[in-house]
Amino acid sequence: MTIPQEENFMRKISAEEKIEPKDWMPAAYRKNLIRQISQHAHSEIIGMQPEGNWITRAPSLRRKAVLLSKVQDEAGHGLYLYSACETLGISRSEMIEQLQTGAAKYSSIFNYPTLTWADVGAIGWLVDGAAIVNQVSLQRTSYGPYARGMIRICKEESFHQRQGYEAMLALAKGSEGQKAMAQDALDRFYWPALMMFGPHDSDSAHSQKSMEWKIKRETNDDLRQKFIDQTVQQIEVLGLEHPDKAIKWNEERGHFDSSDLNWDEFWSVINGNGHCNRQRIEHHVAAHEEGEWVRDAITAYNEKKRAKQAQNAA
Amino acid sequence: MTTSTEKLELFEVFVRSKRGLDHKHIGSLHAEDHEQALEYARDCYTRRSEGVSIWVVKSNDICASQEDDADCFYDPSDDKPYRHATYYVLPDPVNNM
Repeated sequence: MTIPQEENFMRKISAEEKIEPKDWMPAAYRKNLIRQISQHAHSEIIGMQPEGNWITRAPSLRRKAVLLSKVQDEAGHGLYLYSACETLGISRSEMIEQLQTGAAKYSSIFNYPTLTWADVGAIGWLVDGAAIVNQVSLQRTSYGPYARGMIRICKEESFHQRQGYEAMLALAKGSEGQKAMAQDALDRFYWPALMMFGPHDSDSAHSQKSMEWKIKRETNDDLRQKFIDQTVQQIEVLGLEHPDKAIKWNEERGHFDSSDLNWDEFWSVINGNGHCNRQRIEHHVAAHEEGEWVRDAITAYNEKKRAKQAQNAA
Repeated sequence: MTTSTEKLELFEVFVRSKRGLDHKHIGSLHAEDHEQALEYARDCYTRRSEGVSIWVVKSNDICASQEDDADCFYDPSDDKPYRHATYYVLPDPVNNM
């Protein structure tokens, strides 16, 4: 038997109405959202590390300023998402603890190392490109604060992809060595970027319920296909070789056919065995602990100000 | 002489016109407390079904930037055109990525 509250909730979902923080919602919907939004927030925050690795070594002042701006945006996006998640009744410190203890995950892509400058270009172009495909779809998610956050993030994110592509283009049109560096970055980041969309729909633990509740609007495989399709021409324009030798236009489907992914690698990285999993979390913990004095200083300053105001008032 | 409305507090009213949209500032009013402000806001600002949700905030609780200081307040962003997508010139076939 469905309770009237649940009926009302499902009525809103099927009428494409948004669910807002103070509305009644099933406990599992709330839990599912917290899992997804916090994972998304953690990805933005951990995602600063691979690119941050190159800020001091960017090849020109222009590239450095651009990269700084991009990484700064990621911090902002993390903030929007943590705030949206907090409207569901979980605190920021709980989320950070879940990230640091491994109870919450983040996108597996950020466990790959950034070995060369071309990796920064490949990340902007492919990783942010894949994230945009996913986030455009999430602008229609059923939870109001999440949907509005996505709209803002998508607006800001288009520069991320374009600066990455521009950097790749400069390398691809450069010397033989630079072109080889671009090709190598493409070869290494193409497959993990495809894995960002998650497992096949048939193997995705949360997909069905999330689709039913319209938390997710398109399936992992459909979003991945969209990304595969849009990337083919972008690789051609760069004049690089497509990493997937099986890529082939399928007239009947109206899509490109492609090779299956290395799912053993995917699960291995998800389960903590990527190149950088331990390093990413250790760095986050260290940065958090080293930042303790800043948070303490803010509290101390506020207390001092309050005491002064009280003294003046007396 | 203090009139009775001057004893009441000023509230700012924000209305969500449709589920899924942001609350937008729509005006202000005097009220004794939050509860009363909500009811007044309903009577004053949503007489024609303009909204599905109302927020009221004490005007005194709003901290606002000063428009006169806008030049130096926003100045740090002025020299960063590269934060805009249009700054990057890409070949035509891939330009609307």
